[in-house]
Amino acid sequence: MSVAVTLNGQPRELAEGTSVEALLKSLAAPGSGRGVAVALDGEVVPRGLWASTRPGDGSRIEIVAAVQGG
Amino acid sequence: MTGGLTIAGRALRSRLILGSGGFTSHELLERALRAAGAELCTVALRRIDPAARGGIIEVLGRAGVEVLPNTAGCYTARDAIVTAQLAREAFATDWIKLEVIGDDRTLLPDAVELMAAAEALVADGFTVLPYTTDDPVLARRLEDLGCAAVMPLGSPIGSGMGMLNPYNIALIVERAAVPVVLDAGIGTASDAALAIELGCDAVLCASAISRAHDPVAMARAVRLAVEAGELARGAGRITRRHYAQASTPDEGRPNFEPPGREPADAARR
Repeated sequence: MSVAVTLNGQPRELAEGTSVEALLKSLAAPGSGRGVAVALDGEVVPRGLWASTRPGDGSRIEIVAAVQGG
Repeated sequence: MTGGLTIAGRALRSRLILGSGGFTSHELLERALRAAGAELCTVALRRIDPAARGGIIEVLGRAGVEVLPNTAGCYTARDAIVTAQLAREAFATDWIKLEVIGDDRTLLPDAVELMAAAEALVADGFTVLPYTTDDPVLARRLEDLGCAAVMPLGSPIGSGMGMLNPYNIALIVERAAVPVVLDAGIGTASDAALAIELGCDAVLCASAISRAHDPVAMARAVRLAVEAGELARGAGRITRRHYAQASTPDEGRPNFEPPGREPADAARR
């Protein structure tokens, strides 16, 4: 089974039960996660909930990181 | 040596905050940070690029500079609030340079959305540093909401036009009980000196340095200009006068005319 999500604006299939943490790992995001943050359906997912948060079908996930700017 | 600056209880030695936008490489940014002597540097948040290697956070860490996250590119209070919350998660800081833009040609702040976002973020415990227009009334309203500083623009972001309305900036400085950071519009070192002479507590500078022909040299120039501005302000500038005022005394001027003749300029003496 898989869930269809929108990840950073792109459609993507995730194995059901995939956590935000696992998703970040699959993206090879920096391990400590400093400089990275996640929003699920427009709400911030605190770092402490990355392991237990599992996006459902239709979720909109935004994963952002620090870039030069301002 | 010039004195420091305190924002929201944090003491800063440098009155120059660097914006990280526009540098062509992380290496150049790091050298400019060192040359600027900055302790704070802005960063933005964008969708993660899995191909990116070597982050800006590491660059700031190596240079011993703290992250000042911003909400660049936000057009609504809602976007700015969520972006600030993401920044707090990403960087473990409650400081936020709040930008809510109203127009993509001028990048001028949207006062209504800015006020709404500032109010919500202050209530959420953020240390809010709002990028605002040079309107003294709006600056006061932002301060009244609980913002930790106000950051009026000198002129539009990246325009390099300096301070277009020094009168308004002076009014903001005169009234503000929180630090005033001139943000946006600085084109070269002298603009920074003028802002500090006028009474601004700090300047935030990005494009003037990052897009200069030699960013590292410009970083040093702006740093020295900020120090010069602070020294000059402390020293107290002379009053502007409509007419000249001789710096050499008139008294005791010799008379070289033959005996019996007054000097040719006697009538003007």
